[in-house]
Amino acid sequence: MLAVQLTALLGGDPQGAPEALALVHGFDEALVHGLGRLAEERAEALDALAGAFAATPIGERLAEAAAKVASGSIAEEHLTALAGGRAALLGAVHDALLAGLDAALERERAPWQAAPAPEADGAGNLTAGARSWLRELAIAGWRGVDHDLVSAADQTIEGLLAVPEQRRLAVLLDGLAAELRACCPVGTMDRLPVRRWADLWTRALLLAQGGAAGAPQSAGTVSGRLLILGVDVHEHGTAAQFQVHGVLEPADGGRARLVRTAVTVAKVDTITGPATWKLPSRHRMLLAALADRRSLDLTDMPLLDSGDLVWHDDRAVVGGPADPFTAARLTLTGALAPATPPLDRHPVGIAEPVLVEGYRVTGEGSFDLGGAVLAVDTGRLPACGPLTPKLVAASAACVGLVRWDGGRWLLQPLAVQATVKKETVEAGTGDWALGPTDPKAVKAEARAGDAVAVLRERAGRLLRR
Amino acid sequence: MVPPVRPRKLAKVPFVELADGRLQGVVSSGSDIGRVYVSSIAAGTHAYNCSTNNNRPCGGLYGAPCKHLQALAAEAVLQYGLDRVARYLRVEVPEGADLIGCLDGSHEPAPAAMVFSRFLRHLAYLEVPDTTMPIPELHWFPAPGTVG
Repeated sequence: MLAVQLTALLGGDPQGAPEALALVHGFDEALVHGLGRLAEERAEALDALAGAFAATPIGERLAEAAAKVASGSIAEEHLTALAGGRAALLGAVHDALLAGLDAALERERAPWQAAPAPEADGAGNLTAGARSWLRELAIAGWRGVDHDLVSAADQTIEGLLAVPEQRRLAVLLDGLAAELRACCPVGTMDRLPVRRWADLWTRALLLAQGGAAGAPQSAGTVSGRLLILGVDVHEHGTAAQFQVHGVLEPADGGRARLVRTAVTVAKVDTITGPATWKLPSRHRMLLAALADRRSLDLTDMPLLDSGDLVWHDDRAVVGGPADPFTAARLTLTGALAPATPPLDRHPVGIAEPVLVEGYRVTGEGSFDLGGAVLAVDTGRLPACGPLTPKLVAASAACVGLVRWDGGRWLLQPLAVQATVKKETVEAGTGDWALGPTDPKAVKAEARAGDAVAVLRERAGRLLRR
Repeated sequence: MVPPVRPRKLAKVPFVELADGRLQGVVSSGSDIGRVYVSSIAAGTHAYNCSTNNNRPCGGLYGAPCKHLQALAAEAVLQYGLDRVARYLRVEVPEGADLIGCLDGSHEPAPAAMVFSRFLRHLAYLEVPDTTMPIPELHWFPAPGTVG
């Protein structure tokens, strides 16, 4: 990312975004106190949300939903319509932001091609259970959430976790329920994460519609060389996702493209930090490439139209050394970026890989690139890797993800080149994929013992008695 | 939104939680590898209980918390930090004092089966297979940084 590109990015908020977000905010406030007792001004907020769609094909449905909910008749279909409207507004904000980012980076993006949605997958009872719980949450409002209401989702979540096709919904509901449980009784909390919980509620309700409309579809298989840029780690109490960003150079000599590939593991809250890397251990090629900074040679790896490779470790072989900085320098310009499936269009999902260098680190830890300042999101440096705010502050080059959060652009570092004690060091979030390499972290891990092994032993002994 | 927990050794006390108005958990027996104790301390009243998962009372309860309850409290402090546990149990712990020594409850029977089944549900997560389909929703849940 050049100074001129950053200046272009920071130069303009997309037109209409503040207005769209204001409509979203009105709806989110209604969820705080619950749709069961809707004050007049909050009913007006629902009307305003519906009004924004008046000239669209879903205008009529939304207007009806807003009116019915305001009158106290809160049916699932009405909530689904409103959630759809809210998601569409944030989708539009996402599209505008990403278009601005692509323009600034001069990045070309593949157009979205709608594919026919596959059949519903027969988890009907479970998705109905999820919708019904989400309806109860909406009626009670976040302020009305108590232990009983949270626990009412337990069986549904347990059931969903057992259905591979419903993993997205299961993981999302589990994360939301755990947050609500930790905050109970929510009525006594000073401040609520109003936007966040409404985001999670909305996405969950859309995922719980059954079928997979708007979700990524197969785009065939690909072969070629995968150059890894870095790994983004996501985690809540019972799940962790290791999402690798990279550039795929097709074997047939076609155009290089930006891709991702991810492994999501189930876990418990006491497995955290470097220990989480033990859970995806069956994907040996992927972990070895991350830890040793090597490329991967892929043969017939399934690709989704969202740009996600569906990882099959037996279709990959570790290749030659490939550091992320060289990879980014040589391949990021000109690589084709993937389209975002409609359902996934939300500003939270924007995570575009970039290389930033030649910056000066400011007192606040931001990167000053010839006068244009990009804030660094040090809150997204996972404990399972060696990157620390201090190391980032000592860095001279950084491969990271550009994100948009809290109304501004941020850089999430994935790898840095830094000077420590007059020596140049490189560190990345995937360095500990095969176990910590830093003596301090090795010691800390030894102190904590092998959480995964202990719990697996307990599970083996106690679960099937 | 959920404060991350700190890594700790799980061998002795594999499961600790602040839930259902109690600090509760499961303590592995020191002598029998197949036996576990279910221990709990109620918030507010500080009533405590310890029994096997089949509801046999723990032999170590002589008018004071047994070694299982002591281990539970100590591990809870490691996992959540003293402040969070003390706040949940509603107990004042003077600087330098031990949490368990500041509790003034007495022994009251409490159902062990529910805690034990929550522990089994907890363990069942380890048997859920991994997936390589993307889960975009997890972008809302960045992995926590190092806990101080």
